[in-house]
Amino acid sequence: MRSRNTRRWAAAAAALTGAGLALAGCASSDSGGGGSASGTWPGEGKSECKGLEQLADFGDLTGKTVSVYTSILPPEQQAQEDSYKLFTTCTGAEVKYEGSDQFETQLVVRVKAGNAPDIAYIPQPGLLKTVVSSGSAVEAPSQVSDNVDKWFGEDWRNYGTVDGKLYAAPLGASVKSFVWFSPKMFADNGWTVPETWDDMLSLTDDIAAKGIKPWCAGFESGDATGWPGTDWLEDAVLRSAGPDVYDQWVNHDIPFNDSAIETSLDDVGKILKDDKYVNGGFGDVNSIATTAFQDGGLPILKGDCAMYRMASFYAAQWPEGTDVSQGGDVFAFYLPTMSDEFGKPVLGGGEFVTAFSDRQEVQAFQTYLSTDVWANEKAKATPGGGWVSANKGLDINNLKSPIDKLSAETLQDPNAVFRFDGSDQMPSAVGAGSFWKEMTAWITGESTDQALTNVENSWPAS
Amino acid sequence: MSTSEKFVQMVLAIVLFYSVMAIILLLTQRLRSRAGERVQAAAFLGPSLLLIGIGLLYPAIVTAWQSLHGAALFDPPFVGLDNYKTLFTNPQEITVLRNTLLWVVLTPLFSTGIGLGYAVIIDRARFEKFAKALIFMPIAISMVGASIIWKFVYDYKAGGSEQIGLLNQILVWLHLDTYNFLLTDPWNTLFLIVILIWIQAGFAMTILSASIKAIPDDIVEAARLDGVGGWKMFRYITVPSIRPSLIVVLTTITIATLKVFDIVQTATGGNFNTSVLAYEFYRQNFVAGDQGLATAIAVVIFILVTPVVIYNIRQMRKLEGR
Repeated sequence: MRSRNTRRWAAAAAALTGAGLALAGCASSDSGGGGSASGTWPGEGKSECKGLEQLADFGDLTGKTVSVYTSILPPEQQAQEDSYKLFTTCTGAEVKYEGSDQFETQLVVRVKAGNAPDIAYIPQPGLLKTVVSSGSAVEAPSQVSDNVDKWFGEDWRNYGTVDGKLYAAPLGASVKSFVWFSPKMFADNGWTVPETWDDMLSLTDDIAAKGIKPWCAGFESGDATGWPGTDWLEDAVLRSAGPDVYDQWVNHDIPFNDSAIETSLDDVGKILKDDKYVNGGFGDVNSIATTAFQDGGLPILKGDCAMYRMASFYAAQWPEGTDVSQGGDVFAFYLPTMSDEFGKPVLGGGEFVTAFSDRQEVQAFQTYLSTDVWANEKAKATPGGGWVSANKGLDINNLKSPIDKLSAETLQDPNAVFRFDGSDQMPSAVGAGSFWKEMTAWITGESTDQALTNVENSWPAS
Repeated sequence: MSTSEKFVQMVLAIVLFYSVMAIILLLTQRLRSRAGERVQAAAFLGPSLLLIGIGLLYPAIVTAWQSLHGAALFDPPFVGLDNYKTLFTNPQEITVLRNTLLWVVLTPLFSTGIGLGYAVIIDRARFEKFAKALIFMPIAISMVGASIIWKFVYDYKAGGSEQIGLLNQILVWLHLDTYNFLLTDPWNTLFLIVILIWIQAGFAMTILSASIKAIPDDIVEAARLDGVGGWKMFRYITVPSIRPSLIVVLTTITIATLKVFDIVQTATGGNFNTSVLAYEFYRQNFVAGDQGLATAIAVVIFILVTPVVIYNIRQMRKLEGR
């Protein structure tokens, strides 16, 4: 009996030791440090590498690898990887792509552990700031800075800049200032796409007079329930108070419950908190809180509601076979402005290419991604649509789907004033916490004043 | 690292670990004295103690230490007991505590009650196996799956339109107004608790039914001869005989309830004042990025669970000792 027990102990201890060893084996070593360019670049004389001459600065990178960490997952991942083939052709360096649905959390863990990727596509300017403040991110090379000046507006450059230094160039973009509608339904009823906010309100009344609820909305989104409400408010602030007030509000230079913001939320309330206007196909105002944003616009197809304010990426939510185009089953129009004072504010999002290493191949890849060549390459590699960039060198004809074209036109409009989604820039206790929560409470009955005051009180002290 | 490299590493690790074990065995087998046995014991216990230290004690201590720090992702400042103060004074967190209390009180009581009642009623009935399978089935479904099923049951559409939700369809048939079950607090928490009761009642029923069957026949027969039957039999014979199992079931469900996360996450995402401690921990840590408050919540959950776990283990030992 005794010997049997001893053996069992041995086995247990052995198994544990083995596990420990296996774990130790997982930690791999990582070498860093920049080098100088050597040799001519492999793209020399190749016709497909035309327009990428900047990459010659980095020399021959054959055999080098760049690791990329991102939240972009299949099927979009394939299109991303396809668009990097040209980079390999022209420089010789390979790109190792890793996507994660826990990107925001895991990136911080990896940076803290000294295991940062070469490049991360950070989808939130707030997180970019946090990461830069940790001291591990590397400033973008001059080639990237030149490209950002050439191809992107100053608004976009600012979002990749921390403390006056450009760290990250924009990658993709999405447009949130859209209202989805049914062109067929509008044509049948003689309605026209509104050009101003007031037009939109009178159209709302016209539709309601027909016995149709003009608007539908859905705030439910699991952990993130309430975010569609934050988008509504942000769009309204941009239109009634303008981009400057918007920036002050996002950076907390004015209180969250400033009177300008209160006016804007009341503007939203005039649409969303009126039982005559919402919530087509679902019920009363309260039902907005429990309707999933993915389902929110679907009643348009049945004619139960006429308009749904939601970002460009909603295109993917329509059932298969829906004709998403001008004159089709559904399409989107630009959420109209309240006055001409502030140009055409565009609320949206996007990713920023942040580097954690200054190795030649990493800087070369950053440069590649900031060129117009890549933007067009990416558009061609995305046959299904659903991708767009704010890069002004992007040829709209290379985009496949009508909604992508509309997004690109909206972003490239000379009057467009781009502003990044505010909740993504605020401290996460607000932007991923109280702001969502209070918008949900607001739609289920809380007063405008109370909701905004609650968010203001939750703003972190430091 | 490619897959083949990983396999090579795995094989290397196994070889290494066998050789380490061989060395320990070789070195210690010569020791025959009493002191030698102690060395032997230490040689074998050492690695596992070390790993428990790394895997259990160290994280626990770090968690407690982090709970005294602020929200910043990098280098959070020391804030003392502020996070605990927030947890017990902020109205939102107080709602979380209230909900947790509702869960912990109601779920074990109702699951065990329903499980026990069901076990007694179907005991030796004609369709016992089938009836047991019916109530046991929900255990086989994952918590997330169950929550999605129930989310459909509770689904809300305005009175006039076509209903997807079973309960609201029933309300429509009864000519009543439809009701948004998951929206109004505190009732929505009760509707969520129903989901966990639905899952756990089967567990309670299985354990309790087995221990009812284990009551010695002579006791039951003796009671019958004394003229005991029906309610009295249940009250004075059945319940006292299965008391230890009852307590184990109650405490096990309590522990599971303190950790309930999936149902809240799936059904409401913690909105509309339905959040509970375990969910709030996740949300603060991974969504709101406040590791300080999150770890404080983790510590509170740990403190709440510990006495129940100790009591549970003691009862189990008693049960085994019988």
